[in-house]
Formats: sequence, C-alpha cells, structure tokens
Amino acid sequence: MPEALLPEPLLYGRPDFARPATLPEALQLLDRGGWRILAGGTDLYPGAGPQLAGSVLDLTGVAGLDEIRHAGDLRIGAATSWASIAAASLPASIHALQAAARVVGGRQVQVAGTIGGNLCNASPAADGVPPLLALDAEVELQSLSGTRRLRLADFLQGPRKTALRPGEVLCAVVIPERAIAGRSAFVKLGARSHLVISIAMVAARVVSDQGRVTEVAVAVGSCSAVAQRLPAVEAALTGGPVTDAVRMVRAADVMSALSPIDDVRATAAYRGEAAVELVRRAVAGALA
Amino acid sequence: MITFTLNGASAAVDAPPTERLSETLRERLGLVGTKVGCDAGDCGACTVLLDGQAVCACLTPAARVAGRQVTTVEGETPELARLRAAFLAAGAAQCGICTPGMLMTAAELLALNPQPKASEVEVALGGVLCRCTGYRSIIAAVVAAGQGGSIPVTEGPVGAPVQRLDGAAKVAGDSFGADEWPEGALVVKAVRSPHAHAAFAIGDLAAFGARPGVAAVFTAADIPGRNAFSVIPPFADQPAIAATPARFRGECVALVAFEAGADLDLAGFPISWTPLPALMTPDKAETGARLHDTRPGNLLVEGRVRKGDAATALAASAHVVEGTMATAYVEHAYIEPEAGAAWMEADTLVIRACTQAPGMDREDTAAILGLPIDRVRIIPSAVGGGFGSKLDISLQPLIGLVTLKTGRACRMVYTRHESMTSTTKRHPAEMRGRIGCDANGRITAVEFEGRFNTGAYSSWGPTVANRVPVHVSGPYLTPHIAARAPAIHPHGPVSGAFRGFGVPQGALWQETLYDRLADKAGIDRLEFRLRNALRDGDASATGQTLRAVGIHDCLTALKPHWARALDKAKGRTGRGVGVASCWYGCGNTALPNPSTIRIGISHKGEVILHQGATDIGQGSNTVIAQIAAEALGLPLSAFRLIGPDTALTPDAGKTSASRQTFVSGRAAKAAAEALRAAILLRANAGQGATLALDGTSVVIRDRTLARIDLATLPPDRFGYALSSEETYDPPTTRLDADGQGAPYAVYGYGAQMVELEVDPALGTVRLLKITAAHDLGRVINPTLARGQIEGGIAQGIGLALMEEYLPHRTENLHDYLIPTFGDVPPIESLMIEVPDPEGPYGAKGLGEHVLIPTAPAILNAIRHATGAEIIRVPALPHRVLEAIGGVK
Repeated sequence: MPEALLPEPLLYGRPDFARPATLPEALQLLDRGGWRILAGGTDLYPGAGPQLAGSVLDLTGVAGLDEIRHAGDLRIGAATSWASIAAASLPASIHALQAAARVVGGRQVQVAGTIGGNLCNASPAADGVPPLLALDAEVELQSLSGTRRLRLADFLQGPRKTALRPGEVLCAVVIPERAIAGRSAFVKLGARSHLVISIAMVAARVVSDQGRVTEVAVAVGSCSAVAQRLPAVEAALTGGPVTDAVRMVRAADVMSALSPIDDVRATAAYRGEAAVELVRRAVAGALA
Repeated sequence: MITFTLNGASAAVDAPPTERLSETLRERLGLVGTKVGCDAGDCGACTVLLDGQAVCACLTPAARVAGRQVTTVEGETPELARLRAAFLAAGAAQCGICTPGMLMTAAELLALNPQPKASEVEVALGGVLCRCTGYRSIIAAVVAAGQGGSIPVTEGPVGAPVQRLDGAAKVAGDSFGADEWPEGALVVKAVRSPHAHAAFAIGDLAAFGARPGVAAVFTAADIPGRNAFSVIPPFADQPAIAATPARFRGECVALVAFEAGADLDLAGFPISWTPLPALMTPDKAETGARLHDTRPGNLLVEGRVRKGDAATALAASAHVVEGTMATAYVEHAYIEPEAGAAWMEADTLVIRACTQAPGMDREDTAAILGLPIDRVRIIPSAVGGGFGSKLDISLQPLIGLVTLKTGRACRMVYTRHESMTSTTKRHPAEMRGRIGCDANGRITAVEFEGRFNTGAYSSWGPTVANRVPVHVSGPYLTPHIAARAPAIHPHGPVSGAFRGFGVPQGALWQETLYDRLADKAGIDRLEFRLRNALRDGDASATGQTLRAVGIHDCLTALKPHWARALDKAKGRTGRGVGVASCWYGCGNTALPNPSTIRIGISHKGEVILHQGATDIGQGSNTVIAQIAAEALGLPLSAFRLIGPDTALTPDAGKTSASRQTFVSGRAAKAAAEALRAAILLRANAGQGATLALDGTSVVIRDRTLARIDLATLPPDRFGYALSSEETYDPPTTRLDADGQGAPYAVYGYGAQMVELEVDPALGTVRLLKITAAHDLGRVINPTLARGQIEGGIAQGIGLALMEEYLPHRTENLHDYLIPTFGDVPPIESLMIEVPDPEGPYGAKGLGEHVLIPTAPAILNAIRHATGAEIIRVPALPHRVLEAIGGVK
C-alpha cells in the first residue's frame, strides 16, 4: 500500500481514534492512556455495537509491525496476520505454528487476525499459543520508558490476563535462534472441521540426533487456564531413542501439568484422556 | 471522510472510523448485498474483498479501507461472473443469505488458484457457514467455475433440472428482511428477559422516552388487541410483549423505537428484575408450579396412538429390545437473523419481513394489534433460511405495533444473540420404550413414551406431540402399538417447528433399537428393515391403508451400496456402516390444509403466476412454476411470478410439513388445467392441442390453427384477459382418541446409509460417505431435490454429532456448532419415483424426510464401528469415547 494513502494518525479530527504510522507515534499516543488497542479486530468486534466503544488506537498502520524477519532469531511483528504466517517460508521447527495459523477461524479471520492480538487476548483456547510455547517464544514489549522482553509463558498470566502494562505495546514475538531447531507438529481437536474452538490442542517440537531425542518441547492448550508446557513429558523423552518417544509419553506426566475443566465442548475427564493421545500424535507428527 | 475504491470506482464516505465496514456499506453506501449473520466473524456471510483478500466486513473498521480496494457482491469481476453462473447451475444458492459471502470467498480463491480441487475449495471456503445446501453443491460450483463455465438450464418440462427462477437475485445479493426500509424509518430494539423466570417492574418510562434519539417506548400495556398468540389458535398463550413474569430467557418485555441514526442504547432502561424459581426440565416442570393456569402438571397436550395390544404382543415376542434416547434443544441457526420493516399505506399496516407463513402472520398480527385482518398486509422478504422457526411470528407484531402507534415507518433486525435466545428450537425429547419381533424377524409391537420439552409456550408443541406417535413405528408394518408423547412446559426456550416436527427424534429412538433387534434376531440390519418395510395395502399404525409406498424401493436401492460398504469396513478398526429409514406424512396432521393458486394471462400476453407459497430456499418458486407450465402447456420462460404478498397472492398456506410441492403443486396444477381448459374451449380445440404465445395472442394448434387475441378480451374478475384460481385441500380424516384415522393424504419415504470412521482414542467421528435413497413420487426438479437431500443430511449430521443449544452457554455461532465445510461428506442421492395418485404428477414431499434418517444412521454406524450404544445426542467426542469405554 502506498504510504501516502495512509491516513494520518489524527486525520479524523477526533480524540477517540488514531491510526499511527510509526511506533514512536503509537507510543506517544498510548502514553496519554485510555486507549483500547485494535489490531485485526477479530476479538474486539464480537459483542460490540455498530462501532467500537471507547478510544481506539489502531496499530495496523504502524510501519514494520507486520514483518517477519529471520536473522538468527525469528522476529514476527505483532500485527502479522495468521494468513501471512501460514504463507511464509519458515523452518520445520515453525511448522506447528504455521499449522495453527491455518486453523485460527476461517480464511477471513486468518487474513485479519494477528499473532500479537491473539496473545494479548489471552484466551486459554488460543491456537497460536502452544506452538509458540514449544518454541520458547518471547514477546517484545515497548513503551516510552523502554523495551522489555518476557518469556511468553510469563506474559500470559491467566484467562484474558497478561503482563502488558499501561502504555506498552506488544511489538513482536521473538523466537530465539537456539529454539529454531528440529521439527514440529500441531494437532487440534474440535467437534467440527472448521471454525471450531479447540477442545484441546498440542504442539510438539523434537530435535533428534543419530536416533536419539536431544531436545523436546511439548505444549498443550485448552486444558488449563493458560496453555502449558509439559516438563515431565519432556524430561522423560529427552535422551531416549526416537523410536521409543511416543511410547514414553505417560499419561501421568501429561496430566501433572494440566488442570482441565468441564465446559460445553467436553468434560474435564475427556480432555485429560484426549490430551494424552494428542501429545502422542503431536510427538509422532514431529518425528514423521 | 474515508476515500477508497469500491467495486472499481472511487468512493468516499463519512463514517466513524471504527464503524463495522458491513454497517458502512449497508447503511451509508446503500450496498445491502453484503449480509450480516453474526457480527462476530463466526459465519462469514459478510465477506468482502479488501485488496483482493477475503475479510469479514463486520470485523473490519471502516477507517482501514482508506486508500484500498473493496470488492463486494455488487462488483463485477470475471471470477464473480463465472461463479454466479456456476452457483446457479449447481443449485449452490438455496435461500441465498450465505451466497454473497460464499461468492466473495470463492472469488479470492479463484484469483489465487484458478482451477482449485474440491479439497482446496473446502479449506478455502471453510470460514463461511451455510445452513441450506450441505456445502457439496457449493464445492461443485466453485470447482466448475474453475474449469470454465456452466451452461444454464432455464427451460424444460417437469423433471428438468431447471435452475431456480429466483436465482439471479440470489447470486446478486438478494433482498432479505434487513435489506429494505422506508427512508427515515425508526429503528426498533427489544428489551428482553435475562432470566428464565422472573418478575419485573417497569419504572419511569417517560424519562427514558425523553432521552435524545428515543422516539417511543412500548410495553405489554400498549398492545391494543389480544396479547396472546400461538400457531394453533386454541392454544394461544404467548404474549408478543410479556407482562410480568417473563417465562424464558430472551422473552421480549418492552420495545424502544429510536430515531434513525440515533445511538441504539438500551442501557439504563427502567426495569427491575426479581428472579423466580425456574423449572428447567420436564421432570421438574411436571411437579412444579404452573406456567399457565389452565395446564396442570405443565402438560400442554399428549399425543397418542394405540392399536392392538402392544404389551401382550411383546410378551409373546421372540426378541424384545428396550432402550432410551435423549435429544437436545437444536437451534435452527439460519444465517439470516429475523428482520423486517413496517409502514402504513393509507389505513393498511404493511409488514415486510422474513417468514414462512404470511397468512398466519397476518392473522396473528391483526389479532394482537386489534385490527381487522384486511388492514394488515404481509409481504415476505426473501427468507434467509427458515427450517420451521420462521413459521411463528417474531418481530411482526413488534414492528407493527410501533408503526401503528407512531404512524411512522420502522424497522428491526435481530442480533444473532436475540435470534438464538428468543425464537423457537427443536423439542428436546426423552424417549423410552420397547420393540419386539418374532423368530423370523417380523415386528410384533412397539411400546413408546416420549416426553417432549415444549418450552415456555405452546408454539408447535401440539403438532409435535401428535406427529411423533403417528410416525414412531417408522415405515414398517407394526401390528401392535402403544405410543404416547406428552409435551411439557419448563421455563425454557419455546420449542416449535424444526424440519420434521419431532419425527427425527422419534426415529433416533426407533431406528437405533431396530439395529439392536436385528442383531438379536441374527438378521442383517438392512434385510431386517426390508422384511418389515410397509407395502401397498398395509395398514399404518393409525390404521390408514397405504398406497404408493416407496420404502421397499428405497431400501432395495441401497442393497448394492450396503454390500460394498460392509465389505470395505470389514476388518478395519473404527470403520462402521449404518442405515436408517424415514417416512413422513406431508401437510397438517388430520387437519384442513388448503392452498390456492391463481394464474392469469394478461392482455399483453404475459402469463402471471400468483405464487403465494413462500420460497425459503427450498425452491417452491421454481417447482410450482414448473408444474403450472407443464399443466398449462406453455413454456416456463413465459411465466412471470408475483408474490408471495397477502395483497396480491391467494393463500398458499405455510411453508411447512413438506407440503408445498404436494399441496400448492396440486393447486397450481388444477389452476393451470382450468386455464388450459378455458382456452381450449374458446378455440374449440381438443385436449391434445398445443399452445403458444405470439405477441398478444394465444395460438392453439390442433387439427386446425386457432388464435385468441388477448387484447380484445374484457378484463375478468382478476383484471386478466384469461385467468383461473383453484384450491386444493388434501383429503384427510380426524384421528380418534386412540390416534386412529387417515391423518395424511400423501407420505414420502426414504432410507440413508452412512459410512464413517470413529477414532477410538478420541471418540471423534469422520463421515466418509452418505448414500441417500428417497422416494419423491415424481422428481419435479432434480437439482432442487438434490439440494434438499444434501441440506437435510447436513442438519441431520448436526443433530447427531454437534448441535446442543444451552441457554446462557451456546447463544452464538461459535459455541453453538453447526456443520461446516468438511463436516458433510460426499453424498450420493438415489431418487426413487413411486408415483402417488394424490400428488401432482405423482410428486410427494421431501423437505423434512431427508433429515430424519441421517442421525440414526450415524449412531448405527458408530455402534457398528465400535459397539458403543449412544443414547444421547449430540454424540460429541467425549460422549462417544465414554460410550466406547475409553474414559476412565
């Protein structure tokens, strides 16, 4: 899109909407407080009236916020859409994230919805989270007072709750170079084919060397208030033969990290059973 | 001002920056082809292209299109042109409400991938919901569009796959309830109960009414007529606007009319709620306080059929099975939420809204508003799906009241949440009973009791209670039967009509027990059904002697498929095959059910079909015209359709109970035959004469050539040169106290076979193929018939596997799941023709039949695959796994 056609931040001449073109502008505006941050809109619009209430700061005009850069670390701009992530050419370790990107809603939601929005919305059923946890992803948070990085696991604090501070913008998701290794797989379980909120979903990333698992990362979503890594499973599999990896996934090791609940989609007991099976399939998928 | 490129032309609009683009397009730019189904990104109906990419307009801030290209269904691109033609040829647009979203999403796909495969179409379009088609025809259409073109069929006799006569509008973005309103119309919003049962007190309305933008406020006290309606007048119990107490969550308790453009803010409406104990299940309701004074035990009605002595016959039976089945509230989930507009034309209140039953809307609205019926005119808009729920009035009396009281035009569009909470559902059923057979596998008796949760008000509860016992034998010879179906009132959503009127629930119970019984008797499950299938001359459970019985032919048609499927499933873990049958009586149960059709030939030589049968996507506009054209002997393309409109079309009854092809079709045939007879008489020509139109003349070719100059004829009673109007009412008899009688003049039959795969570790079910054999008597239009079969199957899949409406919890289209692309497998339709002497050209109804066998066939296939007996639907993965024994 030609830059010149972008509306100026306060072109609308109203105090309740801004679409800044640069990050410094966005941070300046944000520092005044009282804004709702708008990215893809896929979580903000449901439940709204004909327009969004309150003062809205639209980040999708910020230059560079929708870029994917792979130079050592992999840096995914927060306003990168799921469709862009799915279409990008990325290493095998990122394939789980790309698979998740293809099942976040339908095509329409994937075109609009952003990775940063998905994380800030902090739904326990966010499909993007388990693959990112399995990649040891970090989030870059910027404000006028500076930049900080948090592990995604620390950023997500609970359902709809994050560590984002007033005045801060989640600018990018950063996957550290050391985690861009091995192969990954994502499996999602729902009661229909498309447009389905997950009953459970699992991402697994496995690095192997000469028939042995040298590193493994497994994360489960929709089975706890925040998606969780499975340290006991990872410990059990690490160092073992690749051929034994699936068999080494023990139900107790999976369940020790999870706290599933009953809801309209499934019972807690079922979620537990399914999570174990999905972990096995995700591990098998990452080794396939 | 936002400037952008809209459908190739530059556009500028002054809109709030975060206004939904759907709102901007529709309200400010007048482009109403973009439809709104959910305002949440759950349905995809509002899909437009933004710089060529598919987005939900409802999730897109208007400001974001600045400087960019927006393409809507009003646009013309080469992809859209190919897709429109392909959609028409494939029958991929039924009601048409999802069609703009489908077209736009497919247009993006074709631009990226000009010749997509079916699997690619399925994934690319997965974000758009359709409730009518079952998706298969849409996939076929998009693939065909990629392959080049589609040749339209616009002419042909009965039996020809003529594309919908109203199809061009459907693929251009048809005009539904929300799409037309008089300029400056007030906007009406309802205040609804947040509680299942609550007393309420309304405070200072004058103060609220004085708020800027508020034009008027109305409560139950303002209803000038009888504030009680029901589709069956003797049961009238439901207020248009409730006075205290509210009896279900979502019930309307007040209306606010806002000035156009005002902030539609109901916050602070002066009402205080006192929640009361809510009886949420039939067993609690049976012993709880009465919802309606005249109904002890909260029993609305109990339907019964008793023939012979079922208990004794069961005691003497070689094999008996006993079982239960429970079903959930099922939401119709049409993609068009209820919408309409009202205005005055002189003394007449005009209501244009989505409906399946303009005549009933007119009667109910007139009664509620205290108007003589001739002061109410109902103009049905295009209907974005109905499936039974739009038989009941919803907003008609509400907008009628506002216009009547204010003298001003108004409009109302339900939100998805309002549509889901306030309108009717499929009756949840708790069924149990026994079925027996003799040593040869011949059915001896059926004993059935089904408790139907009819919700807070009557709606179609009596119909369901009466239909279920009549049909619960299935299409099988059943010498002894004792069946009863009470309908009970809890404080739940109103259960009404939903494709099948309770018969699908009963079939779930009966057909799953049949599989167990066949196994007990050691007989192949298809063979067991064939052995018991009704035949001509057999008596039904109600003692009616049946003719033109097609079930044997349907089951026989499945035989080669059954053998192949069983063979394929053999030895493969998790693979299963199931079969189930259906029968369904067309039209009202043992009640009058007339339709009237008028056909005129104008002085200019146009053939005008006054077609009052509401086309909700099923195709009555086309089917009835095909029948009329055939009977009159003039080409279909010579016909122009008028209506439905209570001012312009005679009453063709409601679109329900699979009656339009049969009943209105018979009326159309009679009217066309009468008109033809009048023409032949004038020309002194014989029956074999051919007719043609030539300018303002009808040319009659017999042994001699005759010509009637229409322009010279005096106008007849309808103002035409020549016309006829005929009524048909199916011959039925009343049912006696034991449910004996001839409740229907025509029955349709069918059987479906499901092949599936169950994941034994997760309990998920993957459907592989459905083979559907249906006896249509005579196929009037195979494309439309296939569309009914595929769409009904999709809803049967939903009933079986995923749909469960829970107040508070699944009041949107992401928690309430309906099948998506990918949930409906390839379907092979086998159309059987056992002509019924009563049907037009032998035709029988089809619309509801097609849903009935799907769910039981799925459960039977799950049992075949895993041994698991599912006794509660939907068979969600956790329930299937539990039934398999996989959850510890």
